Amino acid sequence: MTKKMSYSDAINDAIRLAMHKDENVVLIGEDVAGGAEVDHLQDKGAWGGVFGVTKGMVEEFGRNRVFDTPIAEAGYMGAAVSAAATGLRPISELMFNDFIGSCLDEVMNQAAKFRYMFGGKARVPLTIRTIDGAGFNAAAQHSQSLYALFTHIPGLKVAVPSTPYDMKGLLLSAIFDDDPVIVFEDKTLYGKKGEVDEGFYTIPLGKAEIKRIGKDLTIIGIGKQVHTALKAADRLAEKGFEAEVIDPRTLSPLDEETMIHSVKKTGRLIIVDEAYPRCSAATDIAAIVGEKAFDYLDTPIKRVTAPHSPVPFSPSLEKLYLPSPEKIIEAFSEMVGEKVFTAV
Amino acid sequence: MPAETKKSSRMMTKEKAKWIYKKMQEIRQFENAVHDIFAKGEIPGFVHLYAGEEAVAVGVCAHLTDQDSITSTHRGHGHCIAKGCDIDGMMAEIFGRATGLCKGKGGSMHIADVSKGMLGANGIVGAGFPLAIGAGMTAKVKKTDHVAVSFFGDGASNHGTFHEAINMAAIWKLPVIFVCENNGFGEASTFEYASACEHVSDFAKAYRIVGENVDGRDLVAVFEAAGRAVERARRGEGPTILECVTYRNYGHFEGDTQTYKTKEVQEQALKEDDAILRFQNYALENQLLTKEELNKVNDDVKAEIDHAIAFSKDSPFPDASQLTKDVYVSY
Repeated sequence: MTKKMSYSDAINDAIRLAMHKDENVVLIGEDVAGGAEVDHLQDKGAWGGVFGVTKGMVEEFGRNRVFDTPIAEAGYMGAAVSAAATGLRPISELMFNDFIGSCLDEVMNQAAKFRYMFGGKARVPLTIRTIDGAGFNAAAQHSQSLYALFTHIPGLKVAVPSTPYDMKGLLLSAIFDDDPVIVFEDKTLYGKKGEVDEGFYTIPLGKAEIKRIGKDLTIIGIGKQVHTALKAADRLAEKGFEAEVIDPRTLSPLDEETMIHSVKKTGRLIIVDEAYPRCSAATDIAAIVGEKAFDYLDTPIKRVTAPHSPVPFSPSLEKLYLPSPEKIIEAFSEMVGEKVFTAV
Repeated sequence: MPAETKKSSRMMTKEKAKWIYKKMQEIRQFENAVHDIFAKGEIPGFVHLYAGEEAVAVGVCAHLTDQDSITSTHRGHGHCIAKGCDIDGMMAEIFGRATGLCKGKGGSMHIADVSKGMLGANGIVGAGFPLAIGAGMTAKVKKTDHVAVSFFGDGASNHGTFHEAINMAAIWKLPVIFVCENNGFGEASTFEYASACEHVSDFAKAYRIVGENVDGRDLVAVFEAAGRAVERARRGEGPTILECVTYRNYGHFEGDTQTYKTKEVQEQALKEDDAILRFQNYALENQLLTKEELNKVNDDVKAEIDHAIAFSKDSPFPDASQLTKDVYVSY
């Protein structure tokens, strides 16, 4: 049985299922319940996070499992790490991934390294949910896509779900995984709807999905850029070019096999990533494909990314900043040496 | 201050006194041995020694079980020993051997044994505070009477995490005890220079929790204050800041020339102010231990440390297969 639900509702559904399944699952973050100690918000009407994603959790599970924290990211993120190491299975919300500067140590040096430093004698079953993505006019400190930063760190796993279905399955995998996993929620996708299986299911971490089959070009999209890639693919199809669109779904672990298999078939690769281009997911994937499938490439790999610049506020600039179907088509035109659309 | 005789603590039994004396000796002899071996170049990496501060780790951990958690610092060997970590495994870890507590992958700054509630020495100053909060949250959610102790230096009290964590512990009444080992120096800078407060325990007032400041080289004073703090925590009455004023016999790290210490202070610290000598006097005066018993502990511990060194030197280094093992549970 499937049900149409939004990306945001899929997150809510996954958390509720996880908290029912295992009483060690707790929710930690700034206003994840909302309105703590406000008399008329105990607990009906509590926010459920700034985007309302965790609405209803505190009503259902109470404040001994849904912790509204002070605005103290290092404090509560570090607490979540050792709550995980001492027997809980916390879901810790970092409201915007841009705030990682306040608690990077807890993620990079504590959560990621406990197991290795302690000779495999500790596990940190921590899930960090965090919001990323430009396109919301939220400017330079609330719009970044910092998944590459975490992908770089051994000991962390990184998920970048692009659809409600993937979100629910990947988030449930993350929560019940015994390693720390960071799940990125693109804020511009919260309202996006899709068919989602009812009940409990998981999608394995490290398994890409081919979102569209094609033979002329492989487009790998990261997070919401999967949708940009699909739009570009539809338009290329009007001109007779069939693009294969791959969503890696997780950046760590990374399903190299599916991507390389596709590139061997198509001979062309465009990677679409709205993050900064230097040392990014796009750059990393380009290097991997370059090393492992160079002989199969008909043209150099292209990356369609943000510029090496902070995210601008003004809507006109932000539109220029993000990847677009037009930019993908332009990149493809350069690959084949002809303008695919004269208008572009 | 001179060594003094104190009345026996109500919580101090002969068995407890013997355990305490043995742990203090284990720490002192372990650290003195590491100091000597490091000087010979047989130990790799960075080493920060705990000698001189024994009364703090031992006086606090005397109230804890394996189910209680502690977080530690760079200067973590003493906390590990007081919390019951295996001494052979610790020494082998410092030597970087496969038989180390962490298979040689952590080293001096990361010795841990989660099964003993020892959540790790930590290479990051200030990292332990939030970690203790997490262990306290686990106790709260699971409704146990377990407590968590965060050992930290006076230098770490200027870190933001100290304040974030104490505030959280206070608003949630978590069973966490913040134990400051104020040895007067953050690296080479004095406490008086680096900290605007007079006492680290003064912060308790701002966070409306209990704060105590004790002579950290007086085992009995630490033991009694820690006992009160642990009891409060187990009763659900929330956190405590316990500041123990102590002294670091060695430098910040091994190899430190310690030009910031005066000769007089150093000499006095190693003689009449010494925590172990003072506890010996206390145990004899109160007829908790005899001279013979003290000597036997000294000898037993020497054999134990000698064994740990021989065990470590005989142990192999980790093999290449360990390089990328234990990064993840599964990947």
